[in-house]
Amino acid sequence: MAKKMVTGNPAIWIDPPGAAMYCPGCQHPVVHRVIADVIEEMGIDGEVICMLGVGCHAFVQVAWNIDMLSCAHGRALDSGTALKRLKPEAIVFTVQGDGDCIAIGAGAFVAAMTRAEKITTIMYNNTNYGTTGGQLAPTTLLGQKTTTTPRGRDASVEGYPAHTAELAATFRGTVYSARGSVHTPANYQRTKKYIKTAFQKQIDGAGYSFVEVLVACPPNWHLPPVECLDRIENELIVEFPLGEFKNEDKII
Amino acid sequence: MVERMFVQGNEAVGWGALYGGCEAFFGYPITPQNEVTQWFAREFPERGRVFLQSQSEVASINMLYGAAAGGFRVMTSTSSPGWGLMQETISHCAAAELPCVIVLVQRGGSGAGSIRHSQMDYITATRGGGGGGYKNIVLAPGSVQETHDLMQLSFYLADKYRNPTVVLSDGILGQVQESLETKTIDFGPLEDKDWALKGRDKNKDGKRRLINSAYGVLPLPPYPNYISWLTHIKKKYQEMEDAELRYEAYKAEGADLILVAYGYTSRVSKEAVNMARAKGLNVGLIRPITVWPFPYEIIKEKAALGCKFLVVEDSLGLLLEDVKIAVQGRAEIGLVSILDRHIPTDGGMIMPGRVFEEVQKLL
Ligand code: SF4
Repeated sequence: MAKKMVTGNPAIWIDPPGAAMYCPGCQHPVVHRVIADVIEEMGIDGEVICMLGVGCHAFVQVAWNIDMLSCAHGRALDSGTALKRLKPEAIVFTVQGDGDCIAIGAGAFVAAMTRAEKITTIMYNNTNYGTTGGQLAPTTLLGQKTTTTPRGRDASVEGYPAHTAELAATFRGTVYSARGSVHTPANYQRTKKYIKTAFQKQIDGAGYSFVEVLVACPPNWHLPPVECLDRIENELIVEFPLGEFKNEDKII
Repeated sequence: MVERMFVQGNEAVGWGALYGGCEAFFGYPITPQNEVTQWFAREFPERGRVFLQSQSEVASINMLYGAAAGGFRVMTSTSSPGWGLMQETISHCAAAELPCVIVLVQRGGSGAGSIRHSQMDYITATRGGGGGGYKNIVLAPGSVQETHDLMQLSFYLADKYRNPTVVLSDGILGQVQESLETKTIDFGPLEDKDWALKGRDKNKDGKRRLINSAYGVLPLPPYPNYISWLTHIKKKYQEMEDAELRYEAYKAEGADLILVAYGYTSRVSKEAVNMARAKGLNVGLIRPITVWPFPYEIIKEKAALGCKFLVVEDSLGLLLEDVKIAVQGRAEIGLVSILDRHIPTDGGMIMPGRVFEEVQKLL
């Protein structure tokens, strides 16, 4: 059984999968795979409705055989809020990038947590805007060169990296917040557990649940894929520690 | 069942939506439409329908986008600055073919302008202020009763064409109190929303539904590419334009001068027509009920017969542009505008007497 999960395609993977749209070494498809496995294992593929943001993550619409809505940039949580309010029996989750969630979508993010929406967000954090050519994101590390910080992110100009999972945990409406990665097999398994827990919180009607996942973006990090894994280990998780920041069974 | 009441135009929006089968309202406070939002907050939850105050007008319209994708009849209401904020996602709704209703209670502009009435959003309402040159049917009621009736029609048209519909009101029409008869109007059957997101296992064919607004990036069946999708959209807009034109011609037969006005100034204009007729002047009114599609043909025909026109609108002249397009330089066009209000403040109004003065000058 375990062997099948590792080597086969998840049942909700559309045939043929559209992962070819991603750059070599991109970890977006890895997280797509983790989410797909969780959905399959929980047996909720017929009930989930996914709200996609705008960014490389949104290409998952060619991969998952589930109902999906591709939303305006930064607005997946607004659209998901409305659908969940009208369809409380559906399992509504948003898939967003760091720019989509905590830059242009910060207002929607904060508002959804303020209202304690019973939905789930998986935020892919690659510390830049991949789709548009590697620009500065709120999550860009200090000193990191991007196409709009060619001399490196300077705190006196662009400020400091945004800690989204920690922020999410501060809201009463959030019952679960975690940050994972998929750069080692152990972290892959932990991230899978975080995502499963996040979905379970929604199914239990507990409140808002959030998982941030650190992912490599080799072309915009100007690193070969293997060195991207080192960067995650040695730089990203120093700034963005992994783990659960909040895990409650109900809003307290 | 018919219920009779005496209500404001803003409340008639609510009653029309209720009888038109609206299932959810998402809105943000803004003057002068607050009675709309408050009506839904009061009346919807106790009827098992959804009311939610959003954190911004950007959120309101994106809530419509999500709820409409689920196949629900949904609406929002706003005034001019909030209308500006909604434009991007109105364009997305048009592109993703998601039916929804947006009520625009116009106030004075530009900028924060005034919090009182005006008719200064005609261009963005009829042309669309978002990217891409989409089309929305825009209904312009002239009374409390018509606000209620057109609200119901707006939901029907939105579903029929899978497209946003705009109901264009104004601060005067929103605040005025008139008698209203509420009842459900039957516009005929509509197709099932088999395209809506329900969760894959609830779909009739058991296949997933995917809705996006990016046909140039990720084309979806049945459109193999961007241009085939644009061809489909163009055809739909043409069908809307051909089938949904509505206007009222009041004493326009054989008139020497025709007033053109919608919304509150159409009421003022009707009064001016009656004043002119009492003096034996041959004056009529054409009142667009849909400002998109616009009644170009009837105005063009009247112009060809040698008729003059007087546009009456509480702005610097926006409806005027459409009348110019219809007339094509073949007739004289006058304008009674916001500069002709009875007092020079945000509370000033265009009065029938002022319109009548202009009528006399033109004849
Ligand atoms: S740009 Fe970055 S995030 Fe986007 S597909 Fe390429 S590697 Fe992945």
